[in-house]
Amino acid sequence: MKFNREKGVERLLLLVALSAIASLALIAVFILKEGIPFMLKVGPGNFLLSSDWQPDAGKFGIYPMIVASLWVTLGAMLIGAPLGVAGAIFLNEFVPRSVMRIIKPTIELLAGIPSVVFGFIGVVVLAPLIRSHLGGPGLSVLAGSVVLGIMVLPTVISISTDAISAVPNTYREGALALGATRWQAVHMVVLKAARSGIVASIILAMGRAVGETMAVIMVAGNAVKVPHSALDSVRTLTANIALEMGYATGMHRQALFATGVVLLVVIMILNSIATAAVRRPIGGKGNTKK
Amino acid sequence: MRIPPKYTQMFAVTLLAGATLVTLAVLLFIIVFVLQKGLPVMSVKFLFTNPQEMGRAGGIFPTLVGSVLLPLLAILIAMPLGIGTAVYLTEYTRETWVTKVIRFGTDCLAGIPSIIFGLFGFIFFVVMLGMGWSLMSGGLTLAIMILPTIIRTSEEAIRAVPHSFREVSFSLGATRWETVMKVVLPNALPGIVTGLMLGIGRCISETAAVIFTAGSSLRLPQSGFDSVRTMAVHFYILAREGLSNENAYGTAAVLIIAVLLTNLVAYWLMHRFIARRTK
Repeated sequence: MKFNREKGVERLLLLVALSAIASLALIAVFILKEGIPFMLKVGPGNFLLSSDWQPDAGKFGIYPMIVASLWVTLGAMLIGAPLGVAGAIFLNEFVPRSVMRIIKPTIELLAGIPSVVFGFIGVVVLAPLIRSHLGGPGLSVLAGSVVLGIMVLPTVISISTDAISAVPNTYREGALALGATRWQAVHMVVLKAARSGIVASIILAMGRAVGETMAVIMVAGNAVKVPHSALDSVRTLTANIALEMGYATGMHRQALFATGVVLLVVIMILNSIATAAVRRPIGGKGNTKK
Repeated sequence: MRIPPKYTQMFAVTLLAGATLVTLAVLLFIIVFVLQKGLPVMSVKFLFTNPQEMGRAGGIFPTLVGSVLLPLLAILIAMPLGIGTAVYLTEYTRETWVTKVIRFGTDCLAGIPSIIFGLFGFIFFVVMLGMGWSLMSGGLTLAIMILPTIIRTSEEAIRAVPHSFREVSFSLGATRWETVMKVVLPNALPGIVTGLMLGIGRCISETAAVIFTAGSSLRLPQSGFDSVRTMAVHFYILAREGLSNENAYGTAAVLIIAVLLTNLVAYWLMHRFIARRTK
């Protein structure tokens, strides 16, 4: 009797444990089911490479949105990656443990601030600054990049910190014993050993930036055109979905799901690269220690 | 000319410290800015009266209710699934291809952007299952979204329970399930609750996945199949349509306070958990 109950519990738990993978499968199936037939009908080339987005006239080209997502994401990385990695190095190597124990959670709180609030600050503080000092409409690639760059900081800092603190202390001591300064030990030994983790943090942050929606809608301006400068207004892939989903029907709605498919593929690729980077052992090829 | 390493170090450390300060300054600026503009608007009346003229005037009561009910529903759905998965992964199997597949699924799910959850929730729960824009659709969508967080934190918490605890329980004749319920889970509880709080925090601040599944009705929901508007969605609509800057700041202040409090409780619990373990 008791034996049976144990078996039953085990089976039930296995079923429960499959919920995450089942949800993932459901999501993939439903997004693909809506998006893929549309892409085949319009033609992937027309869909991905045409700049004509006029849903009312049956023209669905998302090339401007792809370029916009690319620009805004790269811009965000130019800001977020150096700031975040620098913060992680500083907190790990040049600050007493006790101080780091206060600062790191504080920075992780930054991750808790809702993206709409980031977007709003971008609109009321950043965009007017850009408009008056650099010109253009203010709501632009630049504004989007800065806001996203700040939003990904917690991701970069917390994963880079983990990678840097996983480097064995003997590495640092070895370098210091050879007469290196603290900084030489950090940039010649520690950073080399933690490289894969740091790269992973940046790629994961890219995934977050590509997928971010509400903040970008608010600050990037949403004009459907290929940007020519950092001060142009742009609409990203995510913004395209969120802006038109409310009223889209038929082909138009399918086009938005197809946009979602493109987004999903990009993010899956980025996450796979990040996972592969993390799996590499500390120290790279030469390190055979298990 | 060779620059002495001492000076390179000074230069590098100054740069690194500067970058860290910029990060902290931005964080503090955002919080202070929103609170400074929002706190004067915030009052008991603002929290507990209904909005008027689409939110141009009046309070935020229905959205406050939405921001309590929706995360609560999501956590009620995600909690048994997440903790069950963690228990299965830690207590019931060795590392096999099944656990690899489950871990892969969890990792992938964690990387999916919220707008995709919104699209999925809309086409699956709202349209196909006919739940409409409702508390249920929103809660189910958010539950899937926060599932990876709960699985991971629960798994870590359960793994941190010393092995000897389980051995003692087994030696007293307890079955695996009894050991899980009476020994493992109670000891892992603070860590698990940390994950739940982080999940609630994410639900409160979420907008993209909520707006397409729970809708944005300003009326109080009468049942699980009524549409609700959360504070995050309300704030987004107020700010974007330029309805009322004053009420937008007020809502943002409440929103930020709610999220920060939730996360602070989570960190406090985690801290206590770690402190107890290392004692």
